Amino acid sequence: MWPPEVATNPFPIHRKIKMYTKKSTPWLYLAPALTLLGFFLIYPSFHTLYLSFFDKGSNVFVGAGNYIYAFTNRVMLTAFRNNALWVVVFSAITVFLGLVLAVLLDRVRYEVIIKSIIFMPMAISFVGASVIWKFVYAFRPAGAPQIGILNALLQTFHLPPVAWLIERPWVNNLCLILVGIWVWTGFCLVVLSASYKSIPRQFLEAARVDGANEWRIFWRVILPLLVPTITVLTTTMAVFVLKVFDIIYVMTNGNFGTEVIANRMYKEMFQFGNFGRSSAIAVVLLVLVLPMMLLNLHRFKREEK
Amino acid sequence: MSEKTSRILSRGLLHTVIILIAVLWLIPTIGVLITSFRPAQDVANSGWWTVLGNMFDSARLTLRNYNMVLSRLGVGRAFLNSFIITIPATIIPLSIALLAAYALGWMKFFGHTFVFMALIALLVVPLQMTFIPVLRIFNKLGLAGSFPGIWLAHSGYGLPLAIYMLYNSISGLPKELFDSASIDGASSFHTFLYIVLPLSVPIVASLAIFQFLWVWNDLLVALIYLGGTPDVAPITVQISSLVGSYGQDWELLTAAVFISIVPSLIIFFSLQRYFVRGILAGSVKG
Repeated sequence: MWPPEVATNPFPIHRKIKMYTKKSTPWLYLAPALTLLGFFLIYPSFHTLYLSFFDKGSNVFVGAGNYIYAFTNRVMLTAFRNNALWVVVFSAITVFLGLVLAVLLDRVRYEVIIKSIIFMPMAISFVGASVIWKFVYAFRPAGAPQIGILNALLQTFHLPPVAWLIERPWVNNLCLILVGIWVWTGFCLVVLSASYKSIPRQFLEAARVDGANEWRIFWRVILPLLVPTITVLTTTMAVFVLKVFDIIYVMTNGNFGTEVIANRMYKEMFQFGNFGRSSAIAVVLLVLVLPMMLLNLHRFKREEK
Repeated sequence: MSEKTSRILSRGLLHTVIILIAVLWLIPTIGVLITSFRPAQDVANSGWWTVLGNMFDSARLTLRNYNMVLSRLGVGRAFLNSFIITIPATIIPLSIALLAAYALGWMKFFGHTFVFMALIALLVVPLQMTFIPVLRIFNKLGLAGSFPGIWLAHSGYGLPLAIYMLYNSISGLPKELFDSASIDGASSFHTFLYIVLPLSVPIVASLAIFQFLWVWNDLLVALIYLGGTPDVAPITVQISSLVGSYGQDWELLTAAVFISIVPSLIIFFSLQRYFVRGILAGSVKG
């Protein structure tokens, strides 16, 4: 699950193009790409928007009916709450942990090994990660041998076992978010670490010579210099996780109050065959990421001038 | 407390925190690896960590789970399907994106800005916006539930990021190369073949890893376009359906998961440098 938004950052200066070709030549090179983009992204997006105003089978015009459903249905409201929770908790923790680790790891010699370990889950699918963590959260009633490591830990302290994925509303949702954090912290670490290492060492040395302690250096020198990266990274994570699907689909399928927007869209489409509602939910997702799109376009226009 | 002892103490704390985090990060994966080699009744009765006490007691370890999931539970077939899906779904979009990025980076044409802005807008469009109309067309054309269908779908979805990243790299090539090529009378395609392509190898490698892992790890696109057809299901879809039917048979689930992550781990560890370079090229400069 790669967030395409990752690429939406500093745009290169838009240079003067200097290769002279026949008028039609560029379009020959662009044709295959434009055909695929048109077929798989542009045309279907407009069509989905259109379908969102029609009923289940796309026959009867229902106006805003599907949108009213999307914003009033109880499960949808739960999904909105959970997506908000995902956005806030997931983005905040992945970026925060990534930042802390980037700064700490810079001070030890075995940095590369630890980085690989933290980064390794990025290679694992969300499906794989979900099974891995479902096993960590495995629950059996008190008295039975616990085979999930978390409940076994509780057992050694003579505490009752916890049904991590069922206990609503906070425990189970946070447990699901933790899976995402486990996978994506490495990404934040790599990005922040590169940014941190690009800070000229003289800045830090100068501050040390002036008698500032490490803590002060972090707050007054390092952090301000990293703010642009942190901002971009946090928005990237937030926009990416709005569309979270796999983890919920595999671990709880949205039961026990863990529903999210993308899983709801899938259910409306395949389980209930309601293409109107399903389209409306997709449009809602698009609207939620629209600010990011406008921001990128704005940045592009500025670069071009 | 002298300065020296406080320094040693804080170094000690630093190492402890780092190593603790690394161990915590590894534990879930290690648990899965060990469990996949344990017999069913052991898995049901005791935690995987109990193995650590008598690591070399080979009677307590078995390959039966792997045998079982590969031959009986369709994981072998799904593993093969994943390769059949992933390889073309990596090569096709990258080739198409290279051509497009070359045109965008070095050719002058009316509508250049418009195409570029459309591309930037498409970078964030949620795939959910496209599923229903595309699936309907796929059903009419008989592409649903087939390999060519999902190759094309992944190609389309992977294009915006691929073109964007390749554009960044290709448009940054020195202008003199193109000038001298045109003085020598090279056609635009020759310039592409002998200048752009060889110089783009590193970025193409990074992107290929991205796209490979994206497709290999994808669940949603496969669920939509391949549906429940077991003949063509990739390993992610197969595992998610095993979670439904064998939810408590951890020795089987863990073996299946481990099989699914071996190729990505191999690629990850052997090509980590390209992978990281790709992330940095896409996100942050410097």
